[in-house]
Amino acid sequence: MELATRYVSEGADELVFYDITASPDGRSVDRRWINRVAEVLDIPFSVAGGIRSIADAEEVLNYGADKISINTPALATPGLIDQLAKRFGTQCVVIGIDSRAENDTYHVYQNTGDPDKTSHSGRTTIDWVREVQERGAGEIVLNCMNQDGVRDGYDVAQLKLVRDNCTLPLIASGGAGSMQHFAEVFKQANVDGGLAASVFHSATINIGDLKKYLHEQSIEVRI
Amino acid sequence: MEAPTVAIIDSGGANIASLEFALARLGITGQLTVDPDTITAASHVILPGVGAAADSMTRLKKAGLTDLIPGLSQPFLGICLGLQLLFTASEEDDTQCLGVFPGTARKFMPTPERAVPHMGWNRITRTRNSDLLHGIPDGSHFYFVHSYAVEVTDDTLAFAEYGNPFTAIVERANFSAAQFHPERSGEFGALLLKNFLHR
Repeated sequence: MELATRYVSEGADELVFYDITASPDGRSVDRRWINRVAEVLDIPFSVAGGIRSIADAEEVLNYGADKISINTPALATPGLIDQLAKRFGTQCVVIGIDSRAENDTYHVYQNTGDPDKTSHSGRTTIDWVREVQERGAGEIVLNCMNQDGVRDGYDVAQLKLVRDNCTLPLIASGGAGSMQHFAEVFKQANVDGGLAASVFHSATINIGDLKKYLHEQSIEVRI
Repeated sequence: MEAPTVAIIDSGGANIASLEFALARLGITGQLTVDPDTITAASHVILPGVGAAADSMTRLKKAGLTDLIPGLSQPFLGICLGLQLLFTASEEDDTQCLGVFPGTARKFMPTPERAVPHMGWNRITRTRNSDLLHGIPDGSHFYFVHSYAVEVTDDTLAFAEYGNPFTAIVERANFSAAQFHPERSGEFGALLLKNFLHR
């Protein structure tokens, strides 16, 4: 909560709350905290993790989240995307995709919240991107696993390929380490947003400073 | 000033909570309702909406509100789909809407430069002055999430651009509506709601 209010005062445009251990543990979570977050936030926020059914999604949205983000459960039951889009509208269904290159092709991984349970989903990234768009997803967050946590820059090549294969809003995730990395991914991969966790969390990058920098780089941002 | 009594029309959308919280931050408790008497008696009426146009119109019809709403005389604010429902029609499932404003909501066509839905922060520019925009400078950002939009009409108070200009705020007499989500648009969103409640 403290972190959320700090991000808002720094000028974050959207917050995503990840409960990444929810899927591998197969547990249902106490979601009352969403209500407390929704009360104080005046920017959009998504909740990710452990949403496996219409009922889960309804609970999260009723508590005040604007969007739900699903990853592993969509891979297990792709029809869930159609159901969620039909029930709540395309705009609140975000699909998270954990992807990395293997033998020159990008592949989708599941249960990535726990390294011991992470496994190949049997799908290639581009096929899955096209399928989720077809089924009614409203946004894609592409987490490029080979870059995740290394702060070495976003995977521009992969994001560019996905950008060319979908017309949905695309959010880059994984690899942000410096302000230049954000400018690079907006300019070169034409993504709609840049997501980062550790650099903001550790205050390595201040969101307000980042947006000023992007503005100077002629990238349209809300200041 | 007497505290406003705010009726929020329950059009079946999923994100009513965020609007209720935004009003609560302004010290107002909105009443979620489809009851015609409650709506008629309220000092202010808000029509939020997330979801499909046809579903929401069916819901309003069932509650007996499609004839009531255009005749209301107190300050009225539509939000997102609530804006589109106030126009004549929507291309979404070829839906006849409430007809308060002439115009039709049409789908955005995706291009390589522009993803659909239009999702994110965008600037608005006023076409004239209104108390609704008091303290809100041109070029302020608001949060949009939508696949359909109405072109700029005579009733457009402010527009935004996504490929082409479209209606961001529409206003005539007591009726107004925003295509964006003021409840999730930071301080200027809160200011717009506050301006509306001061009417």
